[in-house]
Amino acid sequence: MKTLRNVFPKAFMIFLLFTVICGGAYTGVITAAAQLIFPDKANGSLIEVDGKKYGCELLGQQYTDEEHMWGRIMNIEVSTYKDENGKMLMYAVPSNLSPASEEFEALVAERVDMLRKANPHMDETAIPVDLVTCSGSGLDPHISPAAAEYQVARIAEAKDMTEDEVRAIIKQCTNGRFLGIFGEETVNVLKVNLMLDGIL
Amino acid sequence: MSTVIQYILYLAILVILAIPLGAYIKKVMDGEKTFLSKLLTPCENAVYKVLRVNKDEQMNWKKYTVSVLIFSGIGLVFLFLLQLLQGALPGNPQGLPGVKWDLAFNTAASFITNTNWQAYSGENTLSYLTQAIGLTVQNFVSAATGIAVLFALIRGFIKVKTDGLGSFWVDMTRIVIYILLPLNLVISLMLVGGGVIQNLKGGETVSLVEPIGVSAEGEILENAEIDLEAGTVTVDGQIVEDAEIVTEQFVPMGPAASQIAIKQTGTNGGGFMGVNSAHPLENPNAFTNLIEMISLLLIPAALCFTFGKAVKNRKQGIAIFMAMFLCLVFALGVVAVNEQFATPQLIQNGNVDVSMEGQAGGNMEGKETRFGISASATWAAFTTAASNGSVNSMHDSYTPLGGMVTMLLMQLGEVVFGGVGCGLYGMLAFAILTVFIAGLMVGRTPEFLGKKIEPYEMKWAVLVCLATPIAILVGSGIAAVWPGIENSLNNAGAHGFSELLYAFSSCGGNNGSAFAGFNGNTVFLNLSLGFVMLFARFLPIIGTLAIAGSLAGKKKIATTAGTLSTTNAMFVFLLIFIVLLVGALSFFPALALGPIAEFFQSIV
Repeated sequence: MKTLRNVFPKAFMIFLLFTVICGGAYTGVITAAAQLIFPDKANGSLIEVDGKKYGCELLGQQYTDEEHMWGRIMNIEVSTYKDENGKMLMYAVPSNLSPASEEFEALVAERVDMLRKANPHMDETAIPVDLVTCSGSGLDPHISPAAAEYQVARIAEAKDMTEDEVRAIIKQCTNGRFLGIFGEETVNVLKVNLMLDGIL
Repeated sequence: MSTVIQYILYLAILVILAIPLGAYIKKVMDGEKTFLSKLLTPCENAVYKVLRVNKDEQMNWKKYTVSVLIFSGIGLVFLFLLQLLQGALPGNPQGLPGVKWDLAFNTAASFITNTNWQAYSGENTLSYLTQAIGLTVQNFVSAATGIAVLFALIRGFIKVKTDGLGSFWVDMTRIVIYILLPLNLVISLMLVGGGVIQNLKGGETVSLVEPIGVSAEGEILENAEIDLEAGTVTVDGQIVEDAEIVTEQFVPMGPAASQIAIKQTGTNGGGFMGVNSAHPLENPNAFTNLIEMISLLLIPAALCFTFGKAVKNRKQGIAIFMAMFLCLVFALGVVAVNEQFATPQLIQNGNVDVSMEGQAGGNMEGKETRFGISASATWAAFTTAASNGSVNSMHDSYTPLGGMVTMLLMQLGEVVFGGVGCGLYGMLAFAILTVFIAGLMVGRTPEFLGKKIEPYEMKWAVLVCLATPIAILVGSGIAAVWPGIENSLNNAGAHGFSELLYAFSSCGGNNGSAFAGFNGNTVFLNLSLGFVMLFARFLPIIGTLAIAGSLAGKKKIATTAGTLSTTNAMFVFLLIFIVLLVGALSFFPALALGPIAEFFQSIV
């Protein structure tokens, strides 16, 4: 009992102090420094042209038009977030499906059919895996260069461009690996589409 | 080839950074001078002054334990209340309501135990105030508590015929001020520089390139033609009544980077966003991924070297490190190979290309393009080896065997590096078990680092080692027969059972990652998982401190030719063997019903 009476006030005081230091001060200092040094990145890398926010460079969107490049499969979610007028906002979540299940097998088969129909130029070429799978965040903004290349012929025809013009745009929106080693090469789908639409 | 190089570099960078950090932590533990002393010692002394802490106090094991428990208890109550009341508090630009009591209890238990199991999504449940002064604080102090208990155990080995294990308050203060704060200040800023958000604004909205049609029932309309001016949605030539058109996307905001840094370095793992470090605003590219991934295993690895230095037997530190490292490399290998080969269900008789030509290939379900297989598999192995639990890919969508390895790493008791501090004290309990068993085999008195291991230490060591298996097996056993549990499962059959087993393994291992299709936010699961986390955290802490107290009171025995070496390859092998034996024997039946069954179903 004596130990308890002795320990409790100290524990309480030190808890308060850590709450102030690690919660308030730490978060505050980093927020201030971040806003000062990296204002653009700290605020979400939004793509803004002439005052209109055309998307977040880091968040994927869903594309189904033939003349747009398609991204990862998305599980769209519209019920969680609303704007101040109560209008639904789009967000997306991962599937969390087992890749060894029959349900998954059937879903992928459907996606393969859909992609084959949309990309007749590619005949029986195997479809790059990124195009038939849902990502980890559900909001993956990228696809692999192979997945982009698979769509070049379709986009060129729909947009009335040459394939090389489409490839040039893709190249501009491709990021290499970090230091040439880490991670994977990626194509930013939103940027490609904004460029195809002449916005960027 | 470049993939293999990536795996090797991830491991190499980890070891290269862990060695000097280990030496630094040893200095902090003993209050020696470091290169930051000039700046930080005044802060440290100011804390003692404010708190009226006696810097030289030596607590016996009981007082140290009581201090840990009371300090954690205060954190539990505070965090619980903070969540209930967040709706009425400032720092809530999204206007989120208070959290329901059962979820609030679960989250509080989860964060004070360094587990960070999350039955909620951060961006739509917790206010910035709750995230910053509730969760971030626990991320710091629960990590510091683990390290402090380890320090006490190390002192038990070093000290001779005394009962003092150091002061919990001094240990906590030093760990936070000298180790966690400086490290995380640097890491946070690097993360923001890489593109992670850090602000106090409410969520943003941005335009969609292609608007989305939604039916009155809230279903997404596929193949819809949308006329924005007329406001109509047409499907197959028919106008859909009362359809709504979504034209904007939600972009979450908030002070993320600061919390992400500490959730990684403190092996906490609780994401700012629901999908954790898979979220592009939480982990936008390979650079931030490298930093986050290395930091999640950095302190647990460094502590092995700290231990070796502190007990003046570097070889002992290296031996323990090697035992952990070999398990990690093996586990990583299994995950990587399985994910790269993907499943027949995905490959569709060759219609889907999973090769590595122009892409990462492999099982990309639940994985981000920018991370591919190598950065995802490495993270998965790291995060379940360490009891971190943050993820950059969805473990629920791993191949059966890849997913099983992540589960097994947690079930081994989180001793393959494990949580900061707790992983190593857990492993030392296994080491005590090992010398006892080895001693029995050759007929020698078991001793470890010059201290005789007797029945008292053995009893507690067994409890420390078995706390996790007991918590997991009893918990998941009860849950498996609980009425209505099937509603929480996202997948059917064997994989559904795996989701349940993973949830209890994660909480019992104080890990916090999930097969995230599993809905843990029910009253039964919030409470049962909450108690599992508390049990699996605090029983080992009490056991470890009891062992420390008993060891400190013993005299040191001289090493003789008859002493069993605990630093050679033989010991490393025996230690791994004992860890696997306990883990495999406890969990093989359960794993056979889940991932192993699923694997065989998938290949026939």
